[in-house]
Amino acid sequence: MTRDMSYEGVMSRRAEIMKKAVGIDYSEFESGSISFDYERMMRETGYSLQEIEEIQSRTGVGNTPILELRNLTKLARKFAPMGKGARIFIKDEASNPSGSFKARRAATACYHAKKLGYKGVIAATSGNYGAAVASQAAMYGLKCIIVQECYDSRGVGQPEIIEKARACEAYGAEVVQLTVGPELFYTFLIMLEETGYFNASLYSPFGIAGVETLGYEISMEFREKEGRDPDVVVVTNAGGGNLTGTARGLIKAGAINTKIVGASVSLQGLHMASDTEFNKKSFTTGHTGFGIPFATWPDRSDVPRSAARPLRYIDRYVTMNQGSVFYMTELLAQIEGLERGPAGNTSLVAAFKLSQEMDEDQIIVVQETEYTGAGKHINPQLTFARENGIEIIIGEPKDEVPGKNIILPRDPSYITLTELDLNKTRKSYIRNAVNNIKATKVTKDDIDFLVKDTKSNIEFVKEVLDELEIEY
Amino acid sequence: MDARRGDWVRIHSVVLEPKKRAAGVPEDTQNVPLEMWDKGFLLDDSANIGDKVKIETYIGRIIEGDLVEVNPYYKHDFGKAVPELLYIGRQARELLKEDGEQ
Repeated sequence: MTRDMSYEGVMSRRAEIMKKAVGIDYSEFESGSISFDYERMMRETGYSLQEIEEIQSRTGVGNTPILELRNLTKLARKFAPMGKGARIFIKDEASNPSGSFKARRAATACYHAKKLGYKGVIAATSGNYGAAVASQAAMYGLKCIIVQECYDSRGVGQPEIIEKARACEAYGAEVVQLTVGPELFYTFLIMLEETGYFNASLYSPFGIAGVETLGYEISMEFREKEGRDPDVVVVTNAGGGNLTGTARGLIKAGAINTKIVGASVSLQGLHMASDTEFNKKSFTTGHTGFGIPFATWPDRSDVPRSAARPLRYIDRYVTMNQGSVFYMTELLAQIEGLERGPAGNTSLVAAFKLSQEMDEDQIIVVQETEYTGAGKHINPQLTFARENGIEIIIGEPKDEVPGKNIILPRDPSYITLTELDLNKTRKSYIRNAVNNIKATKVTKDDIDFLVKDTKSNIEFVKEVLDELEIEY
Repeated sequence: MDARRGDWVRIHSVVLEPKKRAAGVPEDTQNVPLEMWDKGFLLDDSANIGDKVKIETYIGRIIEGDLVEVNPYYKHDFGKAVPELLYIGRQARELLKEDGEQ
């Protein structure tokens, strides 16, 4: 019997392929309606924090240094009111084996794949996660395939993504490179079916649990050094896993008063699946093109139920322009002596600005850095932008139009953040949750779930349901 | 002849023709095919650029496609000069100077 390999044919086998490739029967946690048992899924399919610490330490992942950015703090205070300007710290995740915090997610995924007897792992990623999975697969003797969205129809690729392909190959992985389009998922499914490898999804319970150690370490280290938890932790947000894992780790440490701020680069106006706009952006991750869709509908990921649910944990969500992140990356090298990749510095821009509204004795932490190198550096990225018709301007960041220009702030006082109305995001999420199953009525369980999944309250959820004319 | 059996090569193929793209994809993307590139060791005895060939990928999968490159290598680099960045460090150092410092 030959299998139907057409787009529709393969997509219709999606659930079956995924079940085999992730080793989780998600239906066990489903209620049959909107709600599902998130915490039980995390508990029963994931690992405990102690187990993960052990798994990660075996491959040199985690326990990265936390550095105080004294010069950047001093600079922030120059532009802050008297007595304001919280101390800024950064967790140097670039010192993980593959150069980013993604090693934490990959470590648990590959450990799990090996334990379950899979011969190899596959991940669909154009970012640091590819190198992370390839590196961990090398350590475990697993075969590895990375599927990337890399080129536009002219065959022009983002330098950052091409560098990631190189890194994956350096670790012995096969890299499959595709042009723009969400049908990457189709190719991904074909490969999972053909090879029988493990889907090292970014959104599995093991992947997210792998990030919990990051939040836990932050709390432990600050208690040791400063005698208390940090006031704010800023997380660059894309698919939501970094934020979810870090927040869960902080909660597991008991750091319940630490506020979680999400930060994304604003790519408003650019369509992520557009062939002609693909190379008009200068950030391939940590931007609103992922951040907003994944916050308002986490289950759009490559597993039936995503373990990354950022609205459960986020207290505040800010965005900024591309130019400010490039500026901050240069500043980090120039006044702190740390040359790191741009993507991780999105939250640093946020921290620089937020610090100025906090008291001097408060602490704000940026929880990641990433490696830098050819392609993955402000210089090649700005060169690439210019070659694709993007103007580079020194001026007012607020005037930046993604796809048209990149505006570097004239001086530090020009850095501004845009506050996202989280209630609007929560509303969109509830609408999606309802529409996705075409519900006309929801259960009490569903309401409880929606309250938790949006970190809101019963009144808020009921108000939104009323607006949507959904019975409960 | 451009490549012999065992050579490290790069191949290209079309995964979905323009009219077969998924519904909901933006129009500009609908109008172009979904293309794929991969690398491996050539399994045919010999081949020229543009020939349909079989390869064994680094991890051992056997796949087919059109030969596009022999001994492919990475060309990404550190870019060209971006003079717009040069004010950042000097300005910040100036701002950080303590009063009276030269």
